[in-house]
Amino acid sequence: MQFRMLPLFLLAAIGVVLAADIDYPLDAPGPDGRRPGGTLTQSMPAPPIANDENRDLKRERNYPDQPPTIPHSIRGYQLDMNGNKCLSCHSRANSAKSQATAISITHYMDRDGQALAAVSPRRYFCNQCHVVQKEVQPLVGNSFETIDKILQDDANAAQKP
Amino acid sequence: MKALFALLKDYWGILRRPSVYYSLGFLTLGGFIAGIIFWGGFNTALELTNTEKFCTSCHEMRDNVFVELQDTIHYTNRSGVRASCPDCHVPHEWTHKIARKMQASKEVWGKIFGTINTREKFLDHRRELAEHEWARLKANDSRECRNCHNFQFMDFTRQGKRAAAMHSTSLASGEATCIDCHKGIAHKLPDMSGVKGW
Ligand code: HEC
Ligand code: HEC
Ligand code: HEC
Ligand code: HEC
Ligand code: HEC
Ligand code: HEC
Repeated sequence: MQFRMLPLFLLAAIGVVLAADIDYPLDAPGPDGRRPGGTLTQSMPAPPIANDENRDLKRERNYPDQPPTIPHSIRGYQLDMNGNKCLSCHSRANSAKSQATAISITHYMDRDGQALAAVSPRRYFCNQCHVVQKEVQPLVGNSFETIDKILQDDANAAQKP
Repeated sequence: MKALFALLKDYWGILRRPSVYYSLGFLTLGGFIAGIIFWGGFNTALELTNTEKFCTSCHEMRDNVFVELQDTIHYTNRSGVRASCPDCHVPHEWTHKIARKMQASKEVWGKIFGTINTREKFLDHRRELAEHEWARLKANDSRECRNCHNFQFMDFTRQGKRAAAMHSTSLASGEATCIDCHKGIAHKLPDMSGVKGW
């Protein structure tokens, strides 16, 4: 009789333990930074999507090989097999009229460095490399230093006694 | 058949005979009123065919150009003012409107013969159709665009730098019109190879 009741008692005991432990923090607080406040399982209202920057002011490039960011809005610009809206302003022939920077010689080169007559296929889809910027504060810090800064620091260090 | 012929002949007789019972004044007035009713009906029919609902009643228009329009600024935007098909494709003034409608009877043929009744056929014909629209807007100095966008009231200081630069030069001097620079504003473009400026 008593042995037969044992499993039941055990079950009840486990139940009590589980019930007591229910406030165990399964739901950790969300990481700060990108996702301020709330816990991991909580869904917070998404922040509104920021506008594209459209100030028409070229940004500094961090190194000579950096594809410059796009300083204007590109909403609705068609870029596919049928047509390339970007080239209607940035191609060699159209850049004088639009006063847009003409694409540089690297955009005509194939992977062997041969300059082609027209834009190289690997440079056709511009926003593979060039992107617009949003009007937002950066979410994470960045300690990148340009080569100019490093050279300058070096020169300054050498001058110091 | 013979009876029908006789009947028609009878009526013709009545129509030919000068009126004895009705005064000239009554006839003129009657004609005037009938004219108004007819005219009104004609214009109402015209109005009915001048709605987006009518245009998209054909799958050729609905499944191709209409779905593409829905992604653009002329369908949804912050101000909630939108352009519908006739706003851009059908002139406002009556004479121009009638002229366009006569042209559009070609579309009915196209519908009957199924010239663009599949997506593939539509894409094959797209360049040709687009060329027609570009030519029309070029010839009328983009009149339909200007019905909403009035150059006189454009504030260049509120426009982007690129927009102001172009609008205050090429557009202002009349050297270029809206459609020269704003192709593909409402739908996807066809193969653009060889189009001036692309
Ligand atoms: C209506 C003409 C026009 C179109 C279309 C256009 N641009 Fe531009 N773009 C300009 C002008 C003008 C500038 C010079 C800065 C300014 O006024 O915004 C520029 C600047 C740039 C720059 C910066 C160049 C530099 O030296 O820093 C990049 C990158 C660029 N555009 C990429 C693009 C891409 C990618 C597209 C297609 C998605 C595109 N542009 C479409 C006119 C245009
Ligand atoms: C594979 C990446 C890549 C693609 C795709 C690409 N670019 Fe670039 N672009 C670059 C890089 C890297 C630079 C900077 C170095 C240079 O000039 O090559 C650059 C520079 C530029 C510049 C500035 C040129 C100058 O002389 O200052 C413009 C304008 C530009 N690109 C426009 C375009 C346009 C328009 C397209 C699409 C037709 C395009 N790019 C496609 C990588 C790319
Ligand atoms: C009866 C079905 C039908 C309706 C309704 C219709 N369309 Fe079309 N539309 C067509 C077909 C079919 C074509 C292709 C004609 C051709 O092959 O040339 C066409 C072609 C066009 C073209 C290209 C014109 C050209 O000159 O090549 C435009 C623009 C157009 N339609 C706009 C409209 C607008 C705006 C409306 C509403 C007022 C409308 N359509 C209503 C069937 C229709
Ligand atoms: C029924 C009125 C109407 C007609 C007709 C019309 N537009 Fe618009 N257009 C608008 C409205 C409304 C906007 C959006 C304004 C906003 O909220 O920024 C707009 C926006 C635009 C923009 C700005 C696009 C952008 O991304 O900022 C261009 C370019 C434009 N229209 C060109 C044209 C051209 C070209 C035509 C003729 C083929 C035309 N419009 C016909 C009402 C019209
Ligand atoms: C010579 C070329 C040219 C002509 C002609 C032209 N535009 Fe533009 N327009 C531009 C450029 C470049 C922009 C800015 C880039 C973009 O939005 O693609 C622009 C931008 C716009 C905008 C958005 C304004 C903004 O601040 O971004 C509207 C609306 C517009 N155009 C309407 C028109 C109308 C309506 C006409 C005819 C009365 C017209 N444009 C004629 C080149 C032109
Ligand atoms: C803002 C103006 C505007 C509006 C609104 C508009 N269109 Fe167009 N449509 C154009 C222009 C401009 C073209 C010439 C081709 C181009 O530049 O994309 C065109 C081309 C077309 C063509 C020829 C095929 C092609 O894609 O080039 C058809 C068919 C057509 N439109 C039907 C319609 C129908 C149906 C609607 C309503 C659902 C509509 N359009 C709304 C401006 C407009």
